[in-house]
Amino acid sequence: MKLIKNAAGRMVPDVVNGIESIPYKGINGHKPDGRNYGGPIRSCADYPADGNKVVPGLKEALIKAGIKDGMTISTHHHLRNGDVVTNQLFDIIHELGIKGVRWFPSASFPCHEHLIPYLEDGTIHHIEGSMNGPLGRYTSYGKMKGLGVLRSHGGRYQSVQDGEVHIDIAVIASPTADPFGNANGVSGNSACGLIGFALADSEYADRVIVVTDNLVPFPCIPWQIQGNNVDYVVQVDSLGDASKIVSGTTEVTKSPDRLLIAEYVAQFIEDAGLMKDGFSFQAGAGGTNLAFVLYLKERMKAKNVKARFVRGGSTKYLVQLLEEGLTDYILDGQTFDLEGVRSMRENPRHINTSPFTSYNFHGKGNFASIVDVAVLGATEVDVNFNANVVSHSDGLLLHGIGGWQNCLFSKCTILAIPSFRDRIPVIVDDVMTLCGPGELIDVIITERGIAINPLRKDLLECVKNSSLPIKEIGEIKSEVERICGGKPALPTRDLNEPVAVVKWVDGTVLDSVFKVIE
Amino acid sequence: MKSPKIGIAGKSGTSVRSDCRIEIQLTGTGGLDIAVTSKVDQLYGGQIREQISGLADHFKIKNAKIIVEDYGALPFIISARFEAALKIADPDEKNSFVPELLEQNKYGSHKEKMRRSRLYLPGNEPKFFVNAGLHKPDGIILDLEDSVAPAEKFAASFLVRNSLCAVDFYGAERMVRINQLPRGLEDLEFIVPYNVHVILIPKCESAEDVKKVEAKVEEIKKKHKITSDVYFMPIIESAKGVLKSFDIATSSDHICSLAIGLEDYTADLGTQRTLEGKESFFARSMVVNAARAAAVQPIDTVFSDVSDMDGLMASVVEAKSLGFEGKGCIHPRQIDPIHKAFAPAPEEIEKAKKIVAAYKEAEKSGSGVVALGSKMIDAPVVKRAQRTIRLAVQNGLLNENEI
Repeated sequence: MKLIKNAAGRMVPDVVNGIESIPYKGINGHKPDGRNYGGPIRSCADYPADGNKVVPGLKEALIKAGIKDGMTISTHHHLRNGDVVTNQLFDIIHELGIKGVRWFPSASFPCHEHLIPYLEDGTIHHIEGSMNGPLGRYTSYGKMKGLGVLRSHGGRYQSVQDGEVHIDIAVIASPTADPFGNANGVSGNSACGLIGFALADSEYADRVIVVTDNLVPFPCIPWQIQGNNVDYVVQVDSLGDASKIVSGTTEVTKSPDRLLIAEYVAQFIEDAGLMKDGFSFQAGAGGTNLAFVLYLKERMKAKNVKARFVRGGSTKYLVQLLEEGLTDYILDGQTFDLEGVRSMRENPRHINTSPFTSYNFHGKGNFASIVDVAVLGATEVDVNFNANVVSHSDGLLLHGIGGWQNCLFSKCTILAIPSFRDRIPVIVDDVMTLCGPGELIDVIITERGIAINPLRKDLLECVKNSSLPIKEIGEIKSEVERICGGKPALPTRDLNEPVAVVKWVDGTVLDSVFKVIE
Repeated sequence: MKSPKIGIAGKSGTSVRSDCRIEIQLTGTGGLDIAVTSKVDQLYGGQIREQISGLADHFKIKNAKIIVEDYGALPFIISARFEAALKIADPDEKNSFVPELLEQNKYGSHKEKMRRSRLYLPGNEPKFFVNAGLHKPDGIILDLEDSVAPAEKFAASFLVRNSLCAVDFYGAERMVRINQLPRGLEDLEFIVPYNVHVILIPKCESAEDVKKVEAKVEEIKKKHKITSDVYFMPIIESAKGVLKSFDIATSSDHICSLAIGLEDYTADLGTQRTLEGKESFFARSMVVNAARAAAVQPIDTVFSDVSDMDGLMASVVEAKSLGFEGKGCIHPRQIDPIHKAFAPAPEEIEKAKKIVAAYKEAEKSGSGVVALGSKMIDAPVVKRAQRTIRLAVQNGLLNENEI
């Protein structure tokens, strides 16, 4: 393995976990050719004619699926921090004495700290997905055997579709399923809304196991996951802690500074002329993200403007927009609260989407670039508008990329962030880890002012008479450094030893995460 | 060996943010021993250690154990905690370490400045300070009185002093609520030299109270060769204060406003504060009348339910109808609704525009009489119209060019 400089000027390994990798070549600089990857051909004659694929337990299913050392096992993260299926899955894999597994989740959560002993004893070789919380810390200190690979939701679909990642066994926790394997997330005790992150896994994995705690007679309607792709169905008592799967209710931030940022976001969207009849926007579940929706809603009502669609992360606040007729549709990628789940179950205008429809690089177009405004967060932004979402200024991995990279392709991408957290500046000279190239980031909105990317002269022109505090990004940075008492020291890292790589949406390597010296 | 003299200031614990706890043990022998733990150690640990040894140097501390537990405190907070801890350990320490007054804090105020909203910040809770001005209140009050526990008052005075210097107020009027007299008089040394604009005098019951404060302020101004004005906002919070409100309002030329505080007042009456506020109608009207008679601004109490925005709006509309010009805030979210509620109505603005235009016309033609149609306009009407226009501009309801 050697480190080479990519088109973003970042040092990245040429080989990742033994596989040759392609350094980032610029936005849309890399378009793989050849044919889509496909799984093995199956015949229905090999499956029970009565459609009953239920096996007694997950262990039996794994054995039937032919589990062995070095396989790639995938899971999804719709159960969020309430997930117990993944932990039980690796307990069984460990019990079977399997080693060297590549775990391929769509994201990980703090509850997966349970897996650290399996990383230590070699059950799991490395993680390709996200390394959040304790797993991020573990990885950052160089303790994982292989290199972590961080992908966006769209990038995960891309990697499966073009064969970069071959999934041997997909384990799909499903809040409701039938014995044939049709499954959904809208009903049952563990309802999480939708299970779109598992779509690629169900279509491309060699073997697919559906695990459910709500087995219903055929047919399970709607079938967000099609039983025709499923090998085995396992019934368990519980998929997890329902209160941690979706929150009972999502609450808007009470922080006056975050609310101020949210107000600026809403005003910017209006003042820049983006809020017009038939427009669209993306909103997530972060405190500031929820709040801007409320302020924007007031402005939409006052000006009698209606959106054609909003993209979620849905919450009760988006559901209210839909039910009050302020948007025609919610195109939903994941559901954050019970109101979102109810709406998806009951309202045909609340649509289940997947990374394929929303974000996929190998699709014939994707929704992300149709969206007028995306409001996102970041852990750091630099003076060139490059942004980081996976690590903090101390160098430790803490978050996944999620759909963040994919959303950067919207017509106006806004990062709504505080200018510093505690004493730590968020606007810096150079981001610790590059996750999003500055060319795609149009506006930075902080409580101390709004910086518009100089590439977006059109936006600058639109808001030149606005009462918003428009500033140069360097001006905000200087003020923050004055407040914080100078620039922070950089963490001590071993720049010859990457512990993880950040992939761009096309599968190339955008940046490395380097080992932090404890 | 003699036991060391110990001083502690600041806060510690998992919920603490943007503050630190500093313990100084003056040991008399053994040199300096500095121990720092910090939530931001990796990024700012070096700066913190450097700052602590710089402070030790400044105060000529040779032998001490200094323990710092930091939770992301900004430099001006660290130096305030250090000085408070040191002066608890050694009450004879006379030296100080005051941060430089920021260039952007060197603006003045004037007696008639708008004081629609004044945001109270608990004087010992530094996490709220740095961003307060971003919410654009007319005034920011660093509070040394009721929001600070008795045990924290000493430390709070250093924090408030340092904040007046190092925190950008973003153009808000710089206010401090001192403690009830006589303790409040000691607070003045910490604020008067650092460009405080308005001093709020709590539980004011007599003209004498104001005069005591004024005398001390003049003494400090003289010592520090300060020429800018410092204004007073006495707060009436008792039955006695209500009855003396005109005396109080006329006790000094530096009184800019007269405020009422209802929590203490209703307690003094032996009644409960209600949302309807019948129990305080007399007192509020008395304060408005006293203030108007003395030509100072009448300012209303705070609205304490932060989550009830409709209640806040109703309360401001009521205050405005009683004659008040301002309201206290305990949360930045209250600022905007207060400004909106005090803003003039569209028909008021239209009328004011006509009156001001007629006045300008009369001025231009050299006529001493202002007339609108067949109606004569008196001077106070013109003055009120001008104020309405100013309010309309400040509230973004009128473009300056339209006047």
